[in-house]
Order: sequence, then C-alpha cells, then structure tokens
Amino acid sequence: MTASVANAAAAAAVVPCWSCKGPVAARALFCSVCGAVQGPGAIDHFSRLGMLPTFDIDQDLLEKQYFGFQRRLHPDRFAAKSPKERALSQSQATSLNEAYETLKDPLKRAAYLLDLKGRKVDLTACGTINDPMLLMEQMEKREAIADADTVEVITKLSADADSEVIACQCHISAAFNAGELDEAGHLTIRLKYLAKLAEEARTKKTRITRALR
Amino acid sequence: MIDDGLVLLQLHEPGETPVPHESESGLAVGIDLGTTNSVVAFSFDSEVEVLRGEDGKALIPSVVHYKDDGSVEVGALARQAILESPDHVVSSIKRLMGRGLEDVKSLAGTLPYEVVVPPEGGMVRLRVAGRTLTPVAISAHILMAIKERAEQAMLGKSVTRAVITVPAYFDDAARTATKDAARLADIEVLRLVNEPTAAALAYGLDNSVEGLYAVYDLGGGTFDISILKMEKGVFQVKATGGDAVLGGDDIDHAVAEHFLSQRAAGAAITAGEVKQALMTARVAKECLTGRAEGEWMIELDGIASRHKLTKAELEKLAEPFVERTIEICRGVVEDAGIDVGDIQGVVLVGGSTRMPLVRKRVSEFFGRQPLSDINPDEVVAVGAALQAEALTRGSDTLLLDVTPLSLGIETMGGIVEKVIPRNTPIPVAMAQEFTTYQDGQSAMSIHVVQGEREMVDQCRSLARFVLRGIPPMAAGAARIRVTFQVDADGLLTVSAQEMATGVEQHVAVKPSYGLSDDEMATMLRDSLVHAKDDMAQRLLTEAVVEARRSVLAVKSALGVDHDLLSVDERQAIDAAVEAVEQACAGIDRDAVTVAVEHLEEATKSFAEKRMDRGIRQALAGVSVERLDDALGGAE
Repeated sequence: MTASVANAAAAAAVVPCWSCKGPVAARALFCSVCGAVQGPGAIDHFSRLGMLPTFDIDQDLLEKQYFGFQRRLHPDRFAAKSPKERALSQSQATSLNEAYETLKDPLKRAAYLLDLKGRKVDLTACGTINDPMLLMEQMEKREAIADADTVEVITKLSADADSEVIACQCHISAAFNAGELDEAGHLTIRLKYLAKLAEEARTKKTRITRALR
Repeated sequence: MIDDGLVLLQLHEPGETPVPHESESGLAVGIDLGTTNSVVAFSFDSEVEVLRGEDGKALIPSVVHYKDDGSVEVGALARQAILESPDHVVSSIKRLMGRGLEDVKSLAGTLPYEVVVPPEGGMVRLRVAGRTLTPVAISAHILMAIKERAEQAMLGKSVTRAVITVPAYFDDAARTATKDAARLADIEVLRLVNEPTAAALAYGLDNSVEGLYAVYDLGGGTFDISILKMEKGVFQVKATGGDAVLGGDDIDHAVAEHFLSQRAAGAAITAGEVKQALMTARVAKECLTGRAEGEWMIELDGIASRHKLTKAELEKLAEPFVERTIEICRGVVEDAGIDVGDIQGVVLVGGSTRMPLVRKRVSEFFGRQPLSDINPDEVVAVGAALQAEALTRGSDTLLLDVTPLSLGIETMGGIVEKVIPRNTPIPVAMAQEFTTYQDGQSAMSIHVVQGEREMVDQCRSLARFVLRGIPPMAAGAARIRVTFQVDADGLLTVSAQEMATGVEQHVAVKPSYGLSDDEMATMLRDSLVHAKDDMAQRLLTEAVVEARRSVLAVKSALGVDHDLLSVDERQAIDAAVEAVEQACAGIDRDAVTVAVEHLEEATKSFAEKRMDRGIRQALAGVSVERLDDALGGAE
C-alpha cells in the first residue's frame, strides 16, 4: 500500500464529528469524545445490524441485533435532546428499520444480497415471466387455486404452496453457498412468484372458510 | 456546578437521555384523550398515579359546555348540562378529528350536533351555542381542562408536556388534528403514542408479561386491535388494525333508536331529544352489565314513556358491532403472519370491553380468558404516563410501532400506487419513482392518499401538491422521485424531486381536512393571549438546549485534546464558553445564537488540529481501537 493510498484510507475512516468537530470513526454511532449521535452513513444492511452478509441468517440473532441498536438509537431516546440530535436519531432508526425489513424477509434478503454481489434482480418488474417453464407452472397452479371450491382442496393447495416456498429458499441457500449466483438469481425470481401464489392460496382459503361460517 | 457537562458524561451512556432541568420544562404527563372520557396520569420512578379530580374520579367526561356568558365548562358538569341545554354541549368530538364532508355524510344521523362544512372544503365545523367551532378547538378545550386538573393534582406545578394517546387506527389527518389541539392548549406533545401500545406498556411493565399479546381496545368511538411481541422491555407491534368510527357510541345509538321506535310516532324528534335518548340508552347499557333486565324512562316534550330492555335484547342490538370487531381481529392476526393459537394473552382496554358480550366473543375468538386486571378505563393513561417519564427522564423500555394504514399516491386512471404498506415499522422513509406522461410536461400533481383500497376514491385523501419546474422532456423521460417519511409520531412528510435537475419540494402533509397554517395562527391568537409569548419561550428554550450541547461538546473535546492549545488559544475558547453560558442564563435568543457563533469561530482551529491528530493516529493505527469503541452495537 502506498503512503497516499493509506492516507486516503485513513482520512476516509475518520470524519469530523458534527458536534465537537473532532475526529470520529466514519462508522461510529456516537462520538467517543462528546457523545453526540452521528448520522447513519452509507453502509450496507448487514453491516448496519452487525450481521454477516450471508443468505442463511439466524432470525433470533437478527431480531436481537435490531432491538439492541434501536435501544440506543430510537428517537424516544432523544426526546429531550437538541433538534439536530433528534433528526439524526430519526435517520438512524429509519435506516435500522429499512435494514431489518430487508433482511428478515427471505425474498428481499436474497435480492439484496445479489445486489451487493453485483447481480441486480428486478423484483418490481411485474407481470412478465421470461422463463417459459416457470410461466406454465404458475398458470397451472393459479388455475387450480381459482377452481378450488372446498376447504379440503384449498387447504392442500395452500400447504403445497407454502412448502414450495420453503423448498425454494433452501435451494437459494445452497446456490449462495456454492457461489452459483446465476442460479441464485433465477431461484430468487422463482421465489417471488411462489410467494405470490402462496399468498393467493391463503387469501382464497380464508375466503372459503369465512363463507362457510 | 462548573463542570456539570463532564459529570453528565460520566453518568450517562452516549445517547442516553439526561434528566432535563425541571424548572425549565415543567412536568410531563400521560393523557388518554378519549371519545367519551379522558384520563391523565403522572409517573415518577415508574410509579404511576392516575390524577383525580375533586370528586375523586379519574374519568373526565370528554364533554364541553359552551355557556351563553362565553365561559367554557368541561367534564362531569358539562355532561349534566346536556339535558338542559343540549345545543350548548358537545360530546364525542374525537369522532370528527380530521374529518371532512364525506366522512360526516357516512356518519349522518349518528352525530348529536349540527355540522357545517366550510364552502371551501377542509375540516368540518360545529354550530354550538351560536358559535362556529372546529373539532380541534373543542378538543383543545378538553385538553386545557385536563392540564388544569393535572396542575391542581400536582400541587400547582406547571404541566407543559405530555404524551397523548391516539387510536392506532387514526389516520394522518386525525393525528395532526390531535397535535394541533395540544398546541392550542399550550401542551408540548412529546410523542403521540397508539392507545393499544400504551396499554401494552402498562401491562408489560407491571406484570412482566412476555411473548405475543393482543390488545383489544374498544372505546366509546374507536376500535383498535394490535398484536405485539413483548420481550425484555421491547414492545414491538407486529400488526395493527381497527376502525376509527366504531365503538360503544354505536351501541348506545342502536339502543336509543330502539327506544325511540317504541314511542308513538309523533312530531319530529329534535337534537336535544336525541341526546336525551342517547343518555338513557347509555345508562341502560351500563346497567345491563350486571343485570338481566331493566326499565327506563324517557321524557320528551312532556310525554314520558317507559322502555323495557333485557340483556338478550341489548346483545342482539350490539351484536353486529361486536362481530365487526372480531372480523377485524381475524384480519390483523393474518397480517401478523401468525395463528390465533400463537397469541399468549389478550388484554382488554376501553370502557366498552366491560360488556359481557364483548368479553364472551373475545375469549371465544382468541381461545383464552382475556386479561383486564388493570382498570380498562385507566390503563392507556398509565402507559402514556410511563412513556412520558421514559422520554423525559430516560428508560430501558422501547416501543417499536408501525403504520396502521398504507400510504400511496394517485397514478393514471385513479389507481393507488402504494409507497409504504401498512404495518411497516416507523420511523420509515420510502421512495418511489414516477414519470411524466406528456411530452414537455412541466408540472406534476401529486395526490397523497391513505388506505388499503386500489382506487383513489375509496381511499382517504391526505394532501395534494404540485411539483413545478420539471424541465421539458419527452413523455416518460423525467424521473420524479417521491419520498414518504413517517416519523415516530406516525406523522407523514412528503417530498418530491425531479432527479435530472434536482428540482425539489418538501411538503409537511397538511391534511385535506386539517387546518391551514393561517387558521392555526388565528386560533392561537384568538384562544390564547399568551400563545405568542409561549412560542418565543419555546424558541429560546430550543436555542439554549442547542447552545448547552455545543458547550458540552467543546468541554469534552478540551478534556481529551487540551494539549493541542497554546495558553492564549485556550483562554480565547474559555472566554467564548463563558459568554455562551452567560447568554444561556438570560432571555435573549439572539444573544444565545451570537455567542454560539463566536464559540464556533473560537474553536475552529482547535477542531482542525484535532482532525489532523485523529487522521495521523488512524494512519499509525494507534487509536483505531478507541474509535471502534464508539461503534456501539447490540448489547
């Protein structure tokens, strides 16, 4: 590492604290000298919650980390502080919520992880399915759900849809672990449709059960 | 104390709330501003006292009597006046908070007062005793009475700040209206807290319950159901739902109609007679909690009539309303992604949960006996008081709440594009990009709505604004990013930005049914002589808080890096600090601001030297660990 690169790295790791104007680590939550809360900074969701950037995450640990950070950064902790500190705490809590909401959902987590690894998957592009196999499969299952008219049939369809979602998540995990990002990308798109199908089956199930009551 | 800044730093973790100086900021209470009754409570060291009036009662009827001599009376006396001068008395005003014309239409007939809608739209008004009043002003009168009671109960100490609870299902307009009412009553709102969340806090702390809990809150005019995960001082709302216009009032109304239909058809019934019938209905409903039947008398126009009602008949009248609440519970359990069986307990909140029918249906649905060991009338105020203490004196508990309703904007064809789905944890910021649909389009109208339906006209209109100055581009080329930000009070701010040019507009959502800034200013001027002084006082307090923070920061820096300064430099900084402290002791806000600016000037080169040292140390790898200490993280 040349001196100038090291200089730049050191300078980037240390930024002025907005409150006491002294040096503070770029990723610090609080200034070590004056104690003022810092802004959320541009870090990825995994780092923000102190999690390893993997698809397999321990949900209990995720929640524990999330609660732990919120305990220190939530606006309720800053209600008696200056307007600037209140605003920074709100940004921090907002970023924590965004990170938590992204990581706790397997679909969002997979898409986000792919994005971090430079393989962007567009989950918002709705309607079009490029994969003809997936398209056929989805159409058939959707029809089956639409045709279901007894509790038994829809309960079975709904359970099947749920287990397919889980199976797909396992495949995504395997693909990430094997470093097969293309495969993970395909599976993530598949998961999106499976999740939607499971949701439809659940809604239909509720409707049929309710109509019987 | 000379060095009180450093003392504070030793006593408090970074980010922990220090104890504010009481003399500056008055006491902070918790207020449950209810449809039928309000309650105020105060907490010290987690010991909560519900503040009672001279009559020893905790409940303050949310009823306001506007007398002919111009004076205003709130509470039990006002409620007694309903029969003598019904057109001078307002009750259940919470149902109209943030409401517009179409809401009132849907409530037609259930409102015991004369409503006027200003021709220019916006918030409805009431005609009371010859005056035209907004729901905000009427709520403010209730809040002033609550504040007065609290100050009497606290032996004359000034009460200036409060946590005020709102139904979880209140939309943005109703929340804003509540905050505006507090402002008129000269109460600083520390936080708007959702009623079921406040109740959970009271239960969670008192009974150390843990796990998934449902809070079923049926009040006089609103229904909420929230599902929370409670764990070691964290209260995380998983899902919430409800109906902002469903409550015990509806049952009273059904009973009153039942009574009136039994009377011989005669002359048209006046508003006063409706009020009397409603009061009788309420008495009957409450009596039948403990009895199987009874008989009540209504005297209208000098003609008295007797009405029998059995518990079974009452339950038949109440059933549709109770069933509706159970339907909503079912939806919320689904939203939370859990099974009913996962729920470890149900907490009952609100006076209407005293009805045996409600208890029966709730225990059937959740498959367990509900908890009601904290008085359901007081539990919300108790939770609010605990939160008021947490916000002003610090605490280990944490409330993580969600948005009750989806927020979106109108797109082509009147379809709603959701930007923030319901049950998203707050605070939250989310952005969505939209584009123009005509070549050269230079402005875009943005219509913000709240609700779950797909079509705009089935959702609630929150605000409209226009983003102007979009540079001429082909249709579909402009990229307009609309950002929704919901703060910890559940209040929305919307901003829009054209990404190519950076043209930007921020809009604090002033709801379609809210008060304009002008109206608010006029009301502040008219209703409170002191409002202006109070505003100045508040700005001064804010400036002083900010100045003290600056002084603290400089002192902390001096503690660490004083060796970087020459004697002269140190003297200059000390003098500047001294000047800020002197200014803070005075009452001149400008003097405070100027002194802080001087302090910043005086410490500029000190800050630069500190940065240089920090970077040098980081380079040498010396203090990396010290800096990392500050990263904090999960305990």
